[in-house]
Amino acid sequence: MIYRETGQYKSNYGADEQIFPIRQDRIGVMIILALAYLVVPFIGNDYWFSAILIPFLVLSLAAIGLNLLTGYAGQLSLGSAGFMAVGAFAAYNFMLRIEGMPFLLGFILAGLSAAAVGIVFGLPSLRVKGFYLAAATLASQFFIEWVLTKFPWFTNYSASGVITAQKMVLFGYAFDTPVSRYVLTLVIVTLLALVAKNLVRTRTGRDWMAIRDMDVAAEVIGIPMLKTKLLAFAISSFYLGVAGALWAYCYLGTVEPQAFELTRSFQLLFIIIIGGMGTIVGAFFGAAFIVFFPIFLNLFTSTVFAGQLDPGMLSHLEQFVFGSLIIFFLIVEPLGLARLWQLGKQKLRLWPFPH
Amino acid sequence: MAESRHLGDIILKIDHISLSFGGIKALVDISFQVRRGEFLAIIGPNGAGKSSMLNVINGVYHPQTGTVTYKGETRHHMPPHRAAELGIGRTFQNIALFKGMTVLDNIKTGRSLKIKPNFLMNAIWFGPARREELEHRRKVEEIIDFLRLEDIRRTPVGMLPYGLQKRVELGRALAAEPDLLLLDEPMAGMNIEEKQAMCRFALDVNDEFGTTVVLIEHDMGVVMDISDRVVVLDYGRKIADGTPDEVRQNPEVIKAYLGVGH
Repeated sequence: MIYRETGQYKSNYGADEQIFPIRQDRIGVMIILALAYLVVPFIGNDYWFSAILIPFLVLSLAAIGLNLLTGYAGQLSLGSAGFMAVGAFAAYNFMLRIEGMPFLLGFILAGLSAAAVGIVFGLPSLRVKGFYLAAATLASQFFIEWVLTKFPWFTNYSASGVITAQKMVLFGYAFDTPVSRYVLTLVIVTLLALVAKNLVRTRTGRDWMAIRDMDVAAEVIGIPMLKTKLLAFAISSFYLGVAGALWAYCYLGTVEPQAFELTRSFQLLFIIIIGGMGTIVGAFFGAAFIVFFPIFLNLFTSTVFAGQLDPGMLSHLEQFVFGSLIIFFLIVEPLGLARLWQLGKQKLRLWPFPH
Repeated sequence: MAESRHLGDIILKIDHISLSFGGIKALVDISFQVRRGEFLAIIGPNGAGKSSMLNVINGVYHPQTGTVTYKGETRHHMPPHRAAELGIGRTFQNIALFKGMTVLDNIKTGRSLKIKPNFLMNAIWFGPARREELEHRRKVEEIIDFLRLEDIRRTPVGMLPYGLQKRVELGRALAAEPDLLLLDEPMAGMNIEEKQAMCRFALDVNDEFGTTVVLIEHDMGVVMDISDRVVVLDYGRKIADGTPDEVRQNPEVIKAYLGVGH
């Protein structure tokens, strides 16, 4: 009843080409943004900010990056955590070695460094596809980890290989409380999500999808293969690089190259598969599922089964349930939570009358 | 009909093209010309090399010998993106649409070459990016209107029936406003109504936009009715080239299609 576009007539293409053409969607997004910016910072506690919300936002950003490459441009990648590592260590080194470097500029340079590395490792995509490309990007994952461990210059000769993120100060304001870091992350993620949405609704995104769906036809239309694929690698890696920098500076504070292992790449891949390939909102759904769900599960099992089962058993049980749920979700909706969301909205448009 | 229209200069000239895959000779010493505004059909039995011919024209295949002259530019090999830039549009025998995208996005993608703003402008939806997107949306809507696709513009093409997919593919090729349109069996597998509709669209494109059309088709009735000129291929060789009436009476053609008594 409430969610219906009846009466919302559009008289120009500008109105029809908006990101959210339906008014209720626009209102919904405004409410979510208002909550995230104006309510959550005042009611959340430090644990929520630093252990749940910040990693959720950073993983969402990284998943958007991977989704641009894998979901939109169709290039399967297992090197995402490697590009995050490039971002984290680039930000560290730029801020360490250049006096007075503003941290936001450092983050941008981190993204650009990751983009440059991404372009290099994207070159095989011109010749190999699918699983073979996944194997090639896997090489980037191991190579980047190896370089960061092998050459101590990158970690500034720290004995343990661990770097400590410098303080983030903007116009004399230091982002040193969890809530300030949460707001900083939120601003960056909001802006970059908007940019991603703009990219995928314009020629850039259509060219990517064209290459994903039918590369011969795309070539005959005149879409340049080389440029389009490498652009996808560059922009995707930029997102991952910024996410890596945020992971180091806003979430962990101290990182070692091992924070960006292959497991993280797989985690990002799962996020976009569960959330929905080729959607921006899916990155948020998937990240929410991966971050929030184990917490709920933990809360649930520890209250229901408390005292009856030993903690080791309990944590195994959680993983078991979590795994089964992923399988269940994928059987019910292989296209991910974003698709479920879309179907739900379709149903809602007709509700309560089925026709 | 052919007499009533003005045929221009030669837009496409095929000179002694030979193409082979290993030992298989797909095309042997083919030459023909297409004039601006002409509606040319290429016919021939299965495996005659018709699709290979189109693939040579827009650069998907590289012929071993011979040249393709398009708009006065002679090339031994035309790269596909160059062909697109020069205004050669194309549909495929097996539908090659972008299945995950909507009808609207498929047709918009057909215009990709005409949309200039780079990704940085697109990223912020600013100035030229927004202006051009909306301007091209208007052009795309004209094509949607022309092909009567209004009610399905938001449908992902993978969910459309075959006949409509073929029509969307024509739309995608038209979106680039081509000077030369290569249609590879646009009516294959269609029923009579769908064929009529598709013929109408192809003829309208030829008439209204002055687009030169090279069509591959199996249905003889269709070919004889709508084309100005017919080129007949058989086993990779050109066996006839002329008006539909001339071709119909050509003994070689009759032999290729009907066989010959012993």
